[in-house]
Amino acid sequence: MNSTAFSNIARFIALWAAQVLIFNNIDLFSFINPFPYILFIILYPTNGNRALLLVAGFLLGLSVDMFENSGGIHAAASLSLAFVRPSILKFSFGISYQYHNLNILRKVTSDVFKSMEVFTYLALSVIIHHVVLFILEFFRFNFIWEILLRTLLTTIATLLTCILIIYLIKPAKK
Amino acid sequence: MQQIFNFFIKNSTKLLFLLLLIISFALILRTHTFHQSSFISSANGVTGYVYENVNSIKEYIHLKPENDALALENAELKEVVFNQLTAQDSLEMNRFKPTVDEEVFSVIVAKIIRNTFKTKENYLTIKGGEKQGIESDMGVINSKGIIGIIEKTSKNYATVQSILNVESRINAKIKGSNHFGTLQWNGENTGYVQLTDVPRLADLHKGDTIVTGGISKIFPEDIPIGIIEKAFTTESSNYFTIEVRLFNDMTNLGYVYVLKNNYIEEILDLEEKTHNE
Repeated sequence: MNSTAFSNIARFIALWAAQVLIFNNIDLFSFINPFPYILFIILYPTNGNRALLLVAGFLLGLSVDMFENSGGIHAAASLSLAFVRPSILKFSFGISYQYHNLNILRKVTSDVFKSMEVFTYLALSVIIHHVVLFILEFFRFNFIWEILLRTLLTTIATLLTCILIIYLIKPAKK
Repeated sequence: MQQIFNFFIKNSTKLLFLLLLIISFALILRTHTFHQSSFISSANGVTGYVYENVNSIKEYIHLKPENDALALENAELKEVVFNQLTAQDSLEMNRFKPTVDEEVFSVIVAKIIRNTFKTKENYLTIKGGEKQGIESDMGVINSKGIIGIIEKTSKNYATVQSILNVESRINAKIKGSNHFGTLQWNGENTGYVQLTDVPRLADLHKGDTIVTGGISKIFPEDIPIGIIEKAFTTESSNYFTIEVRLFNDMTNLGYVYVLKNNYIEEILDLEEKTHNE
């Protein structure tokens, strides 16, 4: 097992544990919980196996669902994010990201405060995930304003938490 | 044949995505239509164990208010016991009491290890399951009032459908009268539930107490729920919609009592026979 695979598995477990044990209990204003577990999908290597990402995202969402009693909403939302990720990458970093052999982990952690590209990538990923999540959670269209409000506020909370986590795991400057 | 294989190989990622999406939608539909699948719920062994440990930390923080509540409840129960003793000593009422050979409801105490109140369909997880004799469709209350109904059970844990769940329907009435209604939640405020289908003739006032009704197999009569905050009706409707302020703060719960109806099988059996005829 090489080091990339190992660090991905470690990230999967660490983010899942943090989500279930800490972030699901935050209840800011009694209804906002950030969902930073999607960082796993965001930071997955760009040249990695796509099918594996789909399966891993699905399992991650499903294991969060188990603890939230929410059926399969996190699984469906994470799966959708994993599926559209190449398009988000193309949109944020330009069409040629594949040829530059972009190291997404290093790029995101080192440039999170400097580059607009990284911020666009993070924000788009979070928004897509949360829109799918909250539409499925409410499952009724008479709550449309509440869906929008929850999506907006939770997106802000998740973005802040993600940036905080990225800042914490950032490698020290040499 | 070759083309079919090529198609599958070319679109393998998309097909995988669709397959997993269908699985997750099936899981969502299951939770929205009927009882949850027991694997993907917090009543299973792994999730129960994790929540139990997380909860022990929370429990430590809330130790003092929880103790106060228990002491208060003890005092109330003592009062009931003492008053009963004196009444029986001076008057021989025992002859006129209806004889009950077995108690109708037995009470099982359980601890809440997980409480949700931020979605439209809220569930609680309690420590206590089939081992303790807890089964589906038992009532759950605490000292202040009603909490919900048992949904799923496993060996050591159970989930409770909270009254703060838009799917929840509970029979309730105004204390002292026999006007029944259905208690449900509109999904907005965690401190209020709605009592609907109360006939317009009912004599009700702001501040009246709402209790559980007598026609339920799950709850005994007169378990407190809340008080009337406001009642309104439209010209064309024959029924009141009543806004009920809950006695319980549903966001802050500790220990609960699970009510087991000892005659439930007899009642269900009888009802089934009646339907079959």
